[in-house]
Amino acid sequence: MAIRQCAIYGKGGIGKSTTTQNLVAALAEAGQKVMIIGCDPKADSTRLILHAKAQNTIMEMAAEAGSVEDLELDDVLKVGYGGVRCVESGGPEPGVGCAGRGVITAINFLEEEGAYEEDLDFVFYDVLGDVVCGGFAMPIRENKAQEIYIVVSGEMMAMYAANNISKGICKYASSGGVRLAGLICNSRKCDREDELIEALAGKIGTQMIHFVPRDNVVQQAEIRRMTVIEYNPKCNQADEYRALAQKVMANELFVVPEPCTMDELEDLLMEFGIMEVEDESIIGKTADEAVA
Amino acid sequence: MSMDKAETQALISEVLEVYPDKAKKDRLKHLTANDTEQAGKKCVTANRKSLPGVMTARGCAYAGSKGVVWGPIKDMVHISHGPVGCGQYSRAGRRNYYTGMTGVNSFGTMNFTSDFQERDIVFGGDKKLSAIVDEIETLFPLNKGISIQSECPVGLIGDDIEAVAKGKGAEIGKTIVPVRCEGFRGVSQSLGHHIANDTLRDYVLDKSEDKEIETTPYDVAIIGDYNIGGDAWSSRILLEEIGLRVVAQWSGDGTIAELENGPKVKLNLIHCYRSMNYISRHMEEKYGVPWMEYNLFGPTKCEESLRKIAAFFDETIQAKAEEVIAKYRQQWEPIVAKYKPLLEGKKVMLYVGGLRPRHVIGAYEDLGMEIVGTGYEFAHNDDYTKTIPEVKDATLIYDDVTGYELEKFAEKLKPDLIGAGVKEKYIFQKMGVPFRQMHSWDYSGPYHGFDGFAIFARDMDMTLNNPCWDKLTAPWKKSEEAELAEAV
Repeated sequence: MAIRQCAIYGKGGIGKSTTTQNLVAALAEAGQKVMIIGCDPKADSTRLILHAKAQNTIMEMAAEAGSVEDLELDDVLKVGYGGVRCVESGGPEPGVGCAGRGVITAINFLEEEGAYEEDLDFVFYDVLGDVVCGGFAMPIRENKAQEIYIVVSGEMMAMYAANNISKGICKYASSGGVRLAGLICNSRKCDREDELIEALAGKIGTQMIHFVPRDNVVQQAEIRRMTVIEYNPKCNQADEYRALAQKVMANELFVVPEPCTMDELEDLLMEFGIMEVEDESIIGKTADEAVA
Repeated sequence: MSMDKAETQALISEVLEVYPDKAKKDRLKHLTANDTEQAGKKCVTANRKSLPGVMTARGCAYAGSKGVVWGPIKDMVHISHGPVGCGQYSRAGRRNYYTGMTGVNSFGTMNFTSDFQERDIVFGGDKKLSAIVDEIETLFPLNKGISIQSECPVGLIGDDIEAVAKGKGAEIGKTIVPVRCEGFRGVSQSLGHHIANDTLRDYVLDKSEDKEIETTPYDVAIIGDYNIGGDAWSSRILLEEIGLRVVAQWSGDGTIAELENGPKVKLNLIHCYRSMNYISRHMEEKYGVPWMEYNLFGPTKCEESLRKIAAFFDETIQAKAEEVIAKYRQQWEPIVAKYKPLLEGKKVMLYVGGLRPRHVIGAYEDLGMEIVGTGYEFAHNDDYTKTIPEVKDATLIYDDVTGYELEKFAEKLKPDLIGAGVKEKYIFQKMGVPFRQMHSWDYSGPYHGFDGFAIFARDMDMTLNNPCWDKLTAPWKKSEEAELAEAV
């Protein structure tokens, strides 16, 4: 069977890396062969699998060695929990250079070195929060990830971000095979969060593939640089990630998203009481003016 | 058989016929028949983006800054900051002559580059740039300063070359000039000239205002002469002969110390207006230094310019100018006597860069030749305004002319000589049209001044009257043609 390549997007800080690694750990536990490719200069997409602070990244090692041509796959590919293969693209510190080019170079290197030719079931790309330039869209270009999962919560900005990412997917979906595969709700314990995300998914034309409840065990595991699956396999949260893994494996709903307009999105938020019905009279008024 | 305005306009319409409507409409604005009655008014649209899909001879902002303005300053090291190609393929190609020991105290023909690799793009090139400055200081300690000429990627990844320049400049105690001349900026090399001028202002003039030099009432600077084939030298001797003291050459065979002298002169003499009017205007506004355009192509313009320059000074200079003019008359009259009969009545088409499409006209006319078409690669409107009085009515004027248009115009106008750049050279030579490369003087020069005119006249003759043009058709084909002609 062909390798299923999936990219995980979502607003910064939403829990993409944590969710991805727990999902991947659950897949590995279920016997799947998985590779994670971290596409973020912070290089924190594989630490829970590898129990490492930060993995040596492709770009760092290439800079040391001279160029990527001087690297071997073994130099950059580490195997962690459950045989999960891990690589990090890496990139510059904030404020210098071009992180997007780093992602492009790293992925080209992996392809040329045959990282995808192994007997793999899944490849997961864990991508920096905002698709700020072409480099960060690299994972969803032709012949790369075909499935995109967006991590979202019931918070307004997370939903805005999810909708925006859908717009980006539309651009690539029209020219290639990339499809939206679902929203993963990483709960922030907002009111009626599951219904809200279901409704958002409905509007965009996709599904909420799973609702991951909030649980402190995730943080406890993270302190130990472990996934929940590995740290406490018997807890409820582990079962939630297993459920997510099963749904991903069985997933067949791949769509070209139909992103909402801003008005539609705001209506939805108002309907669920996240945003108050707009009071035109307060727009552009300072606190002082409002009192007067 | 010169054409009238209607015929020239008809030619333009005919050549543009093949374009799609939108392109036709756009290109039409860049082409015209000269109308001397319109002097002082806008004649063509200029300094606009070239059309996609056409061949343009234009360069980029980096070419304008590194290649034109900064490059000739011989005692500074100019770093082509970015991938290796921009610096390497433009290295020493412009023939800016200079004196000095290359690699010791002069660096004009050398290529210094940061040779960007993938990792420099991803992680930024600032650290490498710092290291390069250190290397330059170690290997070439007699350098008097450094300029950082940005290539495209530097702008894309947002490297902070200003910070590196400031830090390393303080460390080594020399001028380091960061130039944001990324190639994708602007529509041609023209923006690069402007950016380079602005950095001359900010990093050289502003920072050397306290410098004292001994001055005389006759101090002048040559501005915008890049000493191609030695042009600035053959200009300088004339200025010195009329009693002026040339304290700076901007920037051909120039030094950073000379640049710093700029604001102390009595008069700035500007040769290439397009590439250095900005700094001349700045020196006028800030330091009260007047500037004057001059033209030393051909004896008529030489005499005119020497008188104009002398008129700015006192009677001693004016008297000397007349002496110099009389002296050189002995030199150039025999040249005209020799070459004019060989070149008289020949038609010339020009397509060059900053000032030559109007400045060299006088030199051709001194040899009895006629300009039937002229135009600029990267001019602005003021350049065309200055061109109108220099050519006859109905002369074809073209701005940023495309490869196709220039070929078609040449087919119709049948010039005896074309003067343009290296991109045009081999095409027209293959078409059997005598051609001179008028950017670098086709490995010849200088062409400025009376000395230069002698070389100019010789070069035009040996090109135009070269026996090779007769040999382009094989002898057996020639006889066929002759038979056909007889049969008709």
